[in-house]
Amino acid sequence: MANAETDLKDLGVRGESDFLPDGWELVCGLEVHTELKTKTKLFCGCANVFGAQANTNVCPTCLGLPGSLPVLNERALEIAAMIGLALSAKVQASIFHRKNYFYPDMPKDFQISQYDIPLNADGYLILPSGKRIGIERAHVEEDTGKITHLGGASGRIHGAERALIDYNRSGVPLVEIVSRPDIASPEEAREYVSELRSTLVAIGASDGKMEEGSLRVDANVSVRPIGETPFRTRCEIKNLNSLRSLVRAITFEAHRQVAAYLAGEKVTQQTRHWDESAGRTVALRNKEEAEDYRYFPEPDLVPLRPSEEWIEGLRSQLGELPKERRARLVESLGLTDTNDQIETAISVELYPFARSALAAGLDPKITVARCANELASLAPLDESFEISWFVELLRMETNGEVSATQAKSILAEVAKNLISPKAAQERLGFSQLTDDQLTKTINEAILQNPKEWERFRTGEAQLQGFFVGKIMKATSGKADGKAVVRILLATAEQR
Amino acid sequence: MSSRISPKEVAHVAMLARLSLTDEEAELYASQLSSVLDHASDIESLDIHDLEVTAHPLGLVNRTRSDSVVSGLSQAEALSQAPDEAQGMFSVPPVLGEPS
Amino acid sequence: MSEMTNMSAFEIAESVNNQTVTATSVVEKSLALAEALNSKLNAFLAIDREGALRAAAKVDSIIASGGSPGRLAGVPIALKDNMCKVGLPTTCGSRILQGWIPPYDATVTKLLESEGAIIVGKTNLDEFAMGSSTENSAYGPTLNPVDLTRVPGGSSGGSASSVAAGIVPVALGSDTGGSIRQPASLCGVVGVKPTYGRVSRYGLVAFASSLDQIGPFSSSVMDSALTLEVIAGFDLKDSTSYDEQMGSLSAQKGLSVEGLRVGMVTEFVEGSDLEVVSALRDAANALTSLGADVVEISIPETKLGLSAYYLIAPAEASSNLARFDGVRFGLRVEGSNIEETNVLTRTKGFGAEVKRRIMLGTYALSSGYYDAYYAKAQQVRTLIKSGFERAYQQVDVLISPVSPTTAFKLGEKSLDPLAMYLSDVCTIPSNLAGHPAMSMPYALDSKGLPIGVQILAPALREDLMFRLAFALEGSSTGAPSLDDSIKEAINRG
Repeated sequence: MANAETDLKDLGVRGESDFLPDGWELVCGLEVHTELKTKTKLFCGCANVFGAQANTNVCPTCLGLPGSLPVLNERALEIAAMIGLALSAKVQASIFHRKNYFYPDMPKDFQISQYDIPLNADGYLILPSGKRIGIERAHVEEDTGKITHLGGASGRIHGAERALIDYNRSGVPLVEIVSRPDIASPEEAREYVSELRSTLVAIGASDGKMEEGSLRVDANVSVRPIGETPFRTRCEIKNLNSLRSLVRAITFEAHRQVAAYLAGEKVTQQTRHWDESAGRTVALRNKEEAEDYRYFPEPDLVPLRPSEEWIEGLRSQLGELPKERRARLVESLGLTDTNDQIETAISVELYPFARSALAAGLDPKITVARCANELASLAPLDESFEISWFVELLRMETNGEVSATQAKSILAEVAKNLISPKAAQERLGFSQLTDDQLTKTINEAILQNPKEWERFRTGEAQLQGFFVGKIMKATSGKADGKAVVRILLATAEQR
Repeated sequence: MSSRISPKEVAHVAMLARLSLTDEEAELYASQLSSVLDHASDIESLDIHDLEVTAHPLGLVNRTRSDSVVSGLSQAEALSQAPDEAQGMFSVPPVLGEPS
Repeated sequence: MSEMTNMSAFEIAESVNNQTVTATSVVEKSLALAEALNSKLNAFLAIDREGALRAAAKVDSIIASGGSPGRLAGVPIALKDNMCKVGLPTTCGSRILQGWIPPYDATVTKLLESEGAIIVGKTNLDEFAMGSSTENSAYGPTLNPVDLTRVPGGSSGGSASSVAAGIVPVALGSDTGGSIRQPASLCGVVGVKPTYGRVSRYGLVAFASSLDQIGPFSSSVMDSALTLEVIAGFDLKDSTSYDEQMGSLSAQKGLSVEGLRVGMVTEFVEGSDLEVVSALRDAANALTSLGADVVEISIPETKLGLSAYYLIAPAEASSNLARFDGVRFGLRVEGSNIEETNVLTRTKGFGAEVKRRIMLGTYALSSGYYDAYYAKAQQVRTLIKSGFERAYQQVDVLISPVSPTTAFKLGEKSLDPLAMYLSDVCTIPSNLAGHPAMSMPYALDSKGLPIGVQILAPALREDLMFRLAFALEGSSTGAPSLDDSIKEAINRG
């Protein structure tokens, strides 16, 4: 078996739906944990911030001191319900449960979570490809503290001599979003997490940073022969810290399972750890040995009964979701399908710019291109970068006040110095040349290149580029290309 | 004495509860817990599965607080009662496995 | 006996506020008595001489500068040692919390101090409030000041004992299945368990979260009324606390009980000692003579209380007590890894009764048993509630024995947990229903041991309960005679 796994290492990360040997299919569901963007923790008033000095955002409640009690953060509940609404789930009456197990990063030695009655149930997410992935539930729970393993090789758990615990993250609000096993390929898993992340970021629920652990993914993977209805044994894969890991891990694990079945072996229900450097999953423990969590309703909290009014109020705060943004851009560009530019332009940072420019009636093609190319390359944008500057610049470009090349330079200048496009234009010396100035430059070019001019004038159209180039050079690029062509053609007509 | 709970079950429960029991204790608890559970057979036999549970005696619901920061403990206060600390953190012997 | 020890909280606050005595002199006397008697009673786990005198001096200086320190100005009060006060250890009677000093105040501590009360010390209890005799404390048993060979009841035995001995006029206890009312009855003092949610549990180390409730002990009904008025109220830090204000309890004094319908609960009378039942009948007769309408009433659902309680309370406790793992506070017995450290710490730190209940609760919650035990027991609470509701359609309040027996001898029941559990049969149903109930000292048995009468009322109707208690106070036999050696120690002091 170990050998079979080693051989599988070279399978690559293609991730297409037919990535498995003929006759086999992947059955995959994902559990995504997202930290919520609140000011405070889920059950106490400690600040919810990343990167603070150890044990400085703690209080009796999130340290689990005797006698402390939890009180639910109103905003965390609102955001959690908004996630449900964004996923077209039913936001319902629910309660909190205690999940009991001992672990030193969990100060009470139980986690307050939701069990059989989650806040959000039965939703779905439509991927850009049109595929619909069912969402079983999205429930609220508290995060654990963080353990640093000392003395072992590379800070890993094995061989460590001491463990140090920081409870700053203890009690940070999380929503766990559990998909149905509708995901049929590693690529689809990537697409799902990516779309889910965009959705969470769009509604302000999460900052979506996988690298800081504010978005964490576990994958439940099983395989079966195509045509077989019942599910086969699944394995849960942990430690998927990037989209790349996700795709690679699912690919590896599915192949591992198929190989096991083909070799006449059984797949054991297990929790497995993705080893990024080795490119393989390794067994952590068998599920049969799983602890008995002894769930029971949390007696220190009271039931949640969301009213219709409250839910509708939250629905109105959702704003445009990625799927709606996508649809708007696809339509305004007259396309039938999305493309890379659109996907970039609908991101949470860029979309407000695109949206405002379109609302101002500017050209959709230029708008989307400037957003997805130039603006995206300048990200992250300073907070005081005004949307109106971008709109103004596009208007200048559309009106021909500046050339496309100039517009790009001006945008960079605006982003760098946080000044208006007019000011940037002036600073760059991009005041548009008048027709008279251009005509004069063109006449000089004609005098210096009489043969080329004669050929152009008598019909060799390809020489237009030659003259435009000369004039651009002479004006240090300040000339508007369109104006140059217009005057060139008019001059040729006259002579 | 009925034997609702075997010493083996007692040992399993002790493991879940992070308690270590001597054989005598395990046997004693097995019999004492069995007698308490025997007494509880009156409710075990009730046919009441449609009945609602009492979550809060007064029926309170939707208790929340506003999302505003309240100052908590300083690092020194947080660690003041720690059996062992290092680098501003609670220090414990090594952790052997991932949480289950 | 010093005249000060006989002063009620009400009288002390009045005298301190009108400057006939100083808070310092009152507190000094209380401390002296506590120190003198503790070697005999073991009622206190900590006596805070320094802190109490400092707080008393502050009250006196507020008075001197013309200010008003509050409704409990200068009143010495003892806290059961499962409630937090900054700077004082909170042990819960357990070795696992030995020396733990909480960095925060319980809400009740804050409320008492904001009305000028002086916390003089922390009282002994059954470990984590699990027990009915205060014999389960890691720091030795508390004795009953009426008879030092007997238990004070439990789990708030230290609070009951300290009030009965006259050390403090008021002490706070916590009641999960009768832990205020039963020791009040066995020591001959007033003890009140308010409606669940009436008093914030923030800073009370949890035993069983859905049942625990803090309440006062006192010699007089008025002092309990006054204290409960101070500590009751909504607390943003306790999601289960009730948000409407409680009506005045002290105003119930002197109100007529004429026409009040009083039910005597048949199920609680069955199985109680003859002398206990006869005291209850005397109380019923007294109420009849005051114009109340007393009837016998049956609430068969309450018979299920004991079973439900001994599944729910241990289940919640097994989870609440998981945090005592040797990581962040309290005892640590270090092993070679964290899991071993957890096990060594808990095995050494918890006493036998706590372990027994953790085991029982863990079992009741474990997969395969949850539905049969815990879930079913929670439904039984609904049954018991509806049983009470039915009764309250016919009567306004209920009366019953508190405990089937008077104070028993030390060691008498400690070998048979089930027998000990059975002594909670009359008190448990109120906790399961979340209703208020109190113990009112009413008579003495042939050995001179106190017998209490329990008054039960519908949720949030503490007012009715107190009206009845005030009415019964007139015909009560009064305080029991204290054990000779206690009298001697008091006279020497």
